[in-house]
Amino acid sequence: MTDVHNGHTRSVHTHPGWQPPATARDQGDRNAYRKDLYSYISGLVLALLLTAVPFALVYWHAMTASSLLLAIGVFALVQAIVHFRCFLHVDLSRGSVDHLLLVLFSGVILIMMAGGTVWILGNLHARMY
Amino acid sequence: MSDRTADNPGMSLTAAHYHVDREDEVTFGFWVFLMSDAIMFGVLFGTYAVMVRATAGGPGPKDLYDIHSVLIQTVALLLSSFCYGMASLALKHRSGRRPLIAWLVVTLLFAFVFLSFEVHDFLSMFAAGGGPDRSGFTSAFFGLVPLHGLHVTTGCIWMVVMIVQIARYGVDDDTRLGLERLGLFWHFLDIVWIAIFSIVYLGGLA
Repeated sequence: MTDVHNGHTRSVHTHPGWQPPATARDQGDRNAYRKDLYSYISGLVLALLLTAVPFALVYWHAMTASSLLLAIGVFALVQAIVHFRCFLHVDLSRGSVDHLLLVLFSGVILIMMAGGTVWILGNLHARMY
Repeated sequence: MSDRTADNPGMSLTAAHYHVDREDEVTFGFWVFLMSDAIMFGVLFGTYAVMVRATAGGPGPKDLYDIHSVLIQTVALLLSSFCYGMASLALKHRSGRRPLIAWLVVTLLFAFVFLSFEVHDFLSMFAAGGGPDRSGFTSAFFGLVPLHGLHVTTGCIWMVVMIVQIARYGVDDDTRLGLERLGLFWHFLDIVWIAIFSIVYLGGLA
């Protein structure tokens, strides 16, 4: 299971006569597998919840329009963070700090460009009426 | 990614450092592409936000959007993202070729559900007189949302190519790296979709 480097030998670990060379390492692999699986499943459950709530709020018009927009924005932001954390594996660990910095930097550029567009053109729009 | 080698410390000892470095470099380059893509989407979101009230007397968001269809698309894309995660797990923990290809096929099926509901929505918008030439609002909509659909379609084609490569050549370093980048692309598209269903659809219906 641990030293299979090629898909051609995929049945090695299921072969009845095959003995694992190191059970401790095998156990470690299984734990790592379970940890990864847990990350994906918790990501899915959280994402489903964070999707269901804003849809329900909009479907039943549970709030006034402006607080509805705010709630949708907060849920979207949290869900994006969950996706980055659980699916794209961007977290605070040393291995992914480059990716995290890149994402945050792009986020700043994005806020400046998209937010600036909305700000300037919204201002112009308000002046026209 | 680097956490793969951290999780399996005994695995890459025989591999030359060159491989790890090249893999990290290629993956980081792909991240840069994804973020430039994100900025392009972000600017189109800005355009849409500016244009959303410019309906020129034509149909507006409340006349054109169907919340049920959007919910189905959202769940389908999320499930396809999860299934791709299962495929990456099969890859990372070397479960073999068959579960890997099976998960990729399930991912494709969910993506197909997503795309067919999306195309159905676009067609009913056309039928309701809300084609891209109707107003500034519909132009901004059709500049943004179908572009994401086009990305998903490209991802599907890429996935078919990967499945063929795995079936033909097995899981080697090249297919592994390809699958890793396709995974980044696929999960990234789901994040763009969060912004689309929140800003475009739910924001328009709120």
